[in-house]
Amino acid sequence: MSFEALLFQAVNGFASASGLFLVAAGLSIIFGVTRIVNMAHGSFYMLGLYLAVTLAPLLGETFGGALGFWGGILGAALVTAALGALVEVVLLRRIYAAPELYQLLATFALLLIINDATLYFWGPEDILGPQAPGLSGSVEFLGRRLPEYDIFLALMGPIVLIVLHITLTRTRFGRLIRAATQDRDMVAALGINEALLFTAVFALGTGIAGFGGALQMAREPANLALDLSVLGDAFVVVVVGGMGSIRGAYLAALLVAEVKALCTALGLVEVGGFTFNMSRLTLVAEFLVMAVVLVLRPHGLFGRPQPAQARRGEAEAPLVPLGRTGRLIALAVLVCFAGIPLLGAVASYAPVLALDMVIAALFAASLHLLMGPGGLASFGHAAYFGLGAYGTAYAATVLGLPTPLAFAVGMATAAAGAVLFGWFCVRLEGVYFAMLTLAFAQIVWSIAHQWEEVTGGSNGLFGVWPDPPFDSANGLYLAALGVTVLGLALIRRLVFAPFGLALRAARDSRLRAEASGIAVEKVRWLAFAIAGTLCGAAGGLFAFAKGSISPEAISVGRSIDGLVMVLLGGVHSLMGPLLGAGGLTLLQDMVMRESPYWRGLLGLIILLIVLIFPSGLAAGLPRKRGAP
Amino acid sequence: MSATPPLLLEIEGLDAWYGEAQILFGLALQVAAGEAVALVGRNGVGKSTTMKAIMGLVRRRAHRLAFRGSDLAALPTHAIARLGIGYVPEDRRIFAELTVRENLDLGRRPRPPGATLPDWSIDAVFDLFPQLADMRARLGGQMSGGEQQMLAVARALVGNPALLLLDEPSEGVAPIVVEHMTRALLRLKAGGLSLLISEQSSDLCAAICDRGYRIEQGALRVHGPITTRAPDIPPNAQPASPTASPL
Repeated sequence: MSFEALLFQAVNGFASASGLFLVAAGLSIIFGVTRIVNMAHGSFYMLGLYLAVTLAPLLGETFGGALGFWGGILGAALVTAALGALVEVVLLRRIYAAPELYQLLATFALLLIINDATLYFWGPEDILGPQAPGLSGSVEFLGRRLPEYDIFLALMGPIVLIVLHITLTRTRFGRLIRAATQDRDMVAALGINEALLFTAVFALGTGIAGFGGALQMAREPANLALDLSVLGDAFVVVVVGGMGSIRGAYLAALLVAEVKALCTALGLVEVGGFTFNMSRLTLVAEFLVMAVVLVLRPHGLFGRPQPAQARRGEAEAPLVPLGRTGRLIALAVLVCFAGIPLLGAVASYAPVLALDMVIAALFAASLHLLMGPGGLASFGHAAYFGLGAYGTAYAATVLGLPTPLAFAVGMATAAAGAVLFGWFCVRLEGVYFAMLTLAFAQIVWSIAHQWEEVTGGSNGLFGVWPDPPFDSANGLYLAALGVTVLGLALIRRLVFAPFGLALRAARDSRLRAEASGIAVEKVRWLAFAIAGTLCGAAGGLFAFAKGSISPEAISVGRSIDGLVMVLLGGVHSLMGPLLGAGGLTLLQDMVMRESPYWRGLLGLIILLIVLIFPSGLAAGLPRKRGAP
Repeated sequence: MSATPPLLLEIEGLDAWYGEAQILFGLALQVAAGEAVALVGRNGVGKSTTMKAIMGLVRRRAHRLAFRGSDLAALPTHAIARLGIGYVPEDRRIFAELTVRENLDLGRRPRPPGATLPDWSIDAVFDLFPQLADMRARLGGQMSGGEQQMLAVARALVGNPALLLLDEPSEGVAPIVVEHMTRALLRLKAGGLSLLISEQSSDLCAAICDRGYRIEQGALRVHGPITTRAPDIPPNAQPASPTASPL
């Protein structure tokens, strides 16, 4: 490893940092003013790239290559900004007053819709853009050839940083942004049109993201996986840099990109007889950077402690155990589910579908433990599902362990992951918690994708079949039903135990809970670990049910499925997630698999839920006291 | 009360909520052009909520809520401000990360055409509060409570309002600042600006206001001239009705 090679990678790191910074800066500015974490932010980056690779050749035909290329980038940024403004006016304006979770879900729905719209307009193939005219060569630098375009990109980050800084400090628009970041109501009380300001800010943020995407035209092909991968990176950058700090965003982007570049540069490293391929460890490195920063500075490099957030809306009604009728109904449903195998050949598909529903129920119920009583909306619950599934699959296939033992290994893997990630996550609340959980899930997904020796890469692990007596559809189904019922019983027991009361107390008022002697972070950490472990059990069952596990099955889409299940059924009761899990599974099985655009369809359904009940499903009920 | 000056602010039957809790119950009050009106009451009775309800910052409902005849109920906050209402909130709400000068720039709006009041340019408010002129580059967050109070008044003034809502302008500031503030407000009043001032104690109000309302638990209890200090009004005085009627 020569010094020159290291320097070469360092320049490369600067180039990557620019792209990361542009996305994170926009995300940060939008959050500062609107208090919405734009889950679709990576989508605008992706759109910028797609628009650029389309516009550049078009413009190039008329105006020549150079003007086409740069015009394409500028045009893509402007179109993205316009789309952002449209989204703000049509969608976001309706949900500023909605609970945080609904805002996150709505913008996530947007991500799903934009992804499918991109698939519809541009097709599934990667699209390569033209080379940058005048910058397609490379310069000799310390005996290495550095692509000119990388140097240009490396400079773009600091340039945009300076331009943004001047805009924020020297212009009236910048003053408005800074003022609104602190106190929106007061800005309006001074006679400034808040609605217009919000639209402008959203257009600015999305435009910067689109610009960042468009700039990548000469570096990487446009592809449909960009939105989520960029979003995960941007979340890490924002959490590391400190929400709301533009300087922090650049510094964090640089830190993350340089650590990644360093890992790539190091390549194969031998430590104590073991050979590590460091370039495979880039994602772990990202995680380590975040871990170190969060331990030393919980609010990021330039972040400030968040003021204790007052919960919006009314206090949640306490959970009430089911009455006699409710218990009888629950028992009847359980008997019906247990009786499904008796149908035999009449409905041979029934156990298969019912198995999906049972697994979904355990998955949703484990998420609900965090979301409902815990008040912590995890956007990365798929991570523990995946750890459970991969752990089980690895133990069953590679290690050849018997089924129950393999299942236990899966749960243990998920538990270990939840304990580790949970330690970081429970330090944060609200949108920060959501962002961090999503970032962790992205990391787990990437590890599953890249660590081919263990996870089988993008193909995943095959032949995960259970031993007798679980090898028949009915046998596995009954075992899964048993596990799920046990899991649900445990959750119910916990929620009504002192532990559950402490968890709910911390949700309703963190300060008062702490003042009455509840160790809030410990309680939440334990809840996180339990939820993760039970989710891992669902993942293990899933691996056996499908006979395989692949990164596809543990992508962020699964996390969102979980959120939709909980919200569909209602976050205010323990039965809610079970109903939601059953409903969504049926819906997916019957309707959505018919269309290649079913994720976009799911996005539309989520949007409808959010727009029709903008303050939550429970708020759709008639109020006792009403006023306009 | 003489009916000669036109009414600026007319409120009748105002209900307002803070979250789920109703704070105001059928409040009524009026401010005429050029008048200084006091809103007196103990902590938590709804003085701040009245101001916020006028500005559209809390959920409210009213039989009549009008400024110069325009209905405020249907307008967003910024449009209410642009009609000519300046708001100085109780906690001052200075933009901590903006300088004094930047805070003022945000509040600046040119005088509406046909306005008869003097133009409050940024230089003019520096003249009114000379201390602010000396710290124009200081961050709002680095100012004392009294300085922030002056800045909050100045920030509302540069918008050239016809009516200034002042929510507890003497709360938590040094007596010397209260004196400054009283003199400044008297100057504003002499210039023709209308004032609605809320206070817990009516020392400042007594010096400035022509008449006052006393709020108790969200409804008006006593209304009359502010010639006496608030403690002299018996706390349990039974009004004829919660609407504004002369004492």
